[in-house]
Amino acid sequence: MAAKISVHDLTLAYGPLVVMHDLEFEIQDQEIFVIMGGSGCGKSTLLRHLVGLMEPAKGRILYDGEDFTAAKEDEHAKFTRRFGVMYQGGALWSSMTLGENISMLIEEAGKLPAKTVRDLVAYKLALVGLAGYEDYYPAQLSGGMKKRAGIARAMALDPDILFLDEPGGGLDPLSSKRLDDLILRLRDSQGCTIIIVTHELASIFGVADNALFLDPATHTQGALGNPRHLRDHSDNPAVRLFLNRGTPPPTRRHE
Amino acid sequence: MLCANDLRHEISGFRQTAPLPEGFFISEPELQIMTATDVQPPHAIWRQDGGVQILELAGDWRRGGAEVVVSGMATEQPITRYQTDALGSFDSILPAFLLANLRSLAKGEDAAPSLEGLPANLRGLLELALAVPEEIVDQNVADKSPAMMRLGKLSLRVWSSATNVVEFVGQCSLALVRLLTGRARFRSKDLWVCVQECGVEALPIVTLISFLIGMILAFVGNAQLANFGANLLVADLVSIAMVREMGVVMTAIIMSGRTGAAFAAHIGSMKSNEEIDALRTSGFDPFDFLVLPRLLALILMMPLLTVYSNVVGILGGMMVGSFVGIPAVLFWNETLLSITLTTSSLGVIKSVFFGAVIAISGCMQGMRAGKSSAAVGEATTHAIVAAITWIVVLDSAFAAIFTLLGI
Repeated sequence: MAAKISVHDLTLAYGPLVVMHDLEFEIQDQEIFVIMGGSGCGKSTLLRHLVGLMEPAKGRILYDGEDFTAAKEDEHAKFTRRFGVMYQGGALWSSMTLGENISMLIEEAGKLPAKTVRDLVAYKLALVGLAGYEDYYPAQLSGGMKKRAGIARAMALDPDILFLDEPGGGLDPLSSKRLDDLILRLRDSQGCTIIIVTHELASIFGVADNALFLDPATHTQGALGNPRHLRDHSDNPAVRLFLNRGTPPPTRRHE
Repeated sequence: MLCANDLRHEISGFRQTAPLPEGFFISEPELQIMTATDVQPPHAIWRQDGGVQILELAGDWRRGGAEVVVSGMATEQPITRYQTDALGSFDSILPAFLLANLRSLAKGEDAAPSLEGLPANLRGLLELALAVPEEIVDQNVADKSPAMMRLGKLSLRVWSSATNVVEFVGQCSLALVRLLTGRARFRSKDLWVCVQECGVEALPIVTLISFLIGMILAFVGNAQLANFGANLLVADLVSIAMVREMGVVMTAIIMSGRTGAAFAAHIGSMKSNEEIDALRTSGFDPFDFLVLPRLLALILMMPLLTVYSNVVGILGGMMVGSFVGIPAVLFWNETLLSITLTTSSLGVIKSVFFGAVIAISGCMQGMRAGKSSAAVGEATTHAIVAAITWIVVLDSAFAAIFTLLGI
């Protein structure tokens, strides 16, 4: 079976400025895949390419074997319909309530009775622990709640692939942990493939099946594999440093 | 009783003293007297001793203290050793002074400078500051490019901003076509909110400004026309000026400051918050969704506001008229005689275009704003300036066209 997402020879660039080159990786169905690396190394840029907000300078991105990069503008919708994206700050539409943020997507996808839409919205919000927050505006929520609401919106149409940009960024350790649990449970019960951009080690070790390390020094991928394995066995010293917070692993105590 | 070292540390932050022998205690009042009376001016002395460079530091290096006195001659040679026996208390002034010295001496050298002889805390701070080498930026690169190149770059910029405008106007037209063929998608609620914002909510300010403009026209007109005993013509002056020019131009300027700026700020902050990206990945065209309702609302509301402004302006003139001896009924009759349907529709026709100009410049600046709060502010400013400029330019063009047509 073809990989859910495969990326070939991808080059990311802003005009003449090449951010990353020669990216080559595959993401399997129902996998939690982490894109990691230091701040400003191009993690979010890679995500923007994967969801089609930016055109790659070179290379191909395939979803289920179908070429996304070669798709014309009007065929993009065929791909993006299966995506759910949560942006860094949640990016909830600020002039709408949480309920409207979600119901807009549901109504757009097809005509449904008003009650069904209401029930769906309530269910999506309940999934992320925000039951009853339909009538709140994004500005009335805390950072963690905004992120969870962002996930609820991303999940609105039961996407095949969920993209999360720094879900744990700026959250306290407990909220961050709760979010990780949420991600794991969503994957297990909804069966979607999840791609996470993050540099939070706790989250990386907590949720990732596979991880891609973007190395800002060489402007290409530094390592690909299970983060726990990479932490101790990667050939690339930059990856081991990153995954060990800069210190070499201490003598192994039980984890 | 406290240990003197602890206490000194607490009082003066980076304060450094020679460590006192263990078990040596000073009572608190005693120490306060010491710190109050012991302030020495900061002093740096360069010395060469047997071919090595020594920097001797003395006194209290504190913010708000005396000016630093530097004596002795520094050589090219790097500092080998510091002597700090007479050093009193210090804050960031001292490490900043030392770092500047090290930087000026060690240009182009890779070897870590010697910090020998410095007290441990000062040494720690300097090591921290020296940990990453100074980034050397050639600030003159931009200025060095030849004049022709800069001219070329400038014309490319002007060209690209011109094409941007044309592109955006083209997109607006396409979006209007999509709307007419029923393929544009936006929330009707957004349209009504925009209509409310640039319609009803603008009425108070439009009322005030139009009424005052009408009054001003009447005052000025009366002062001149009374000389010829023709002050009844004030009514003609006020009404023609209002319906042809002042009503629509003042309304457009009010709306570009009020609504155009709001559009730019709203869309700009949505952009910096990735809300526009979220629209795009959710399958909504941000153009249809954000620009179209605003454009429609302004195109619909501007003519109404203009008609309203015309009427209010004439009322303002009428009020002044009644003070200077033109009864309201007379003023009204004279107004009806002086303006025809053609005259009064000129302003209304222009208002549609002005509305489009305000919406387009506001939305365009918002959509093209950068991703910071400063960029949003800039976008707002540009939106207002561009809108007002284009309103005046368009108005001149209309004046020329109407003159040619003999209207």
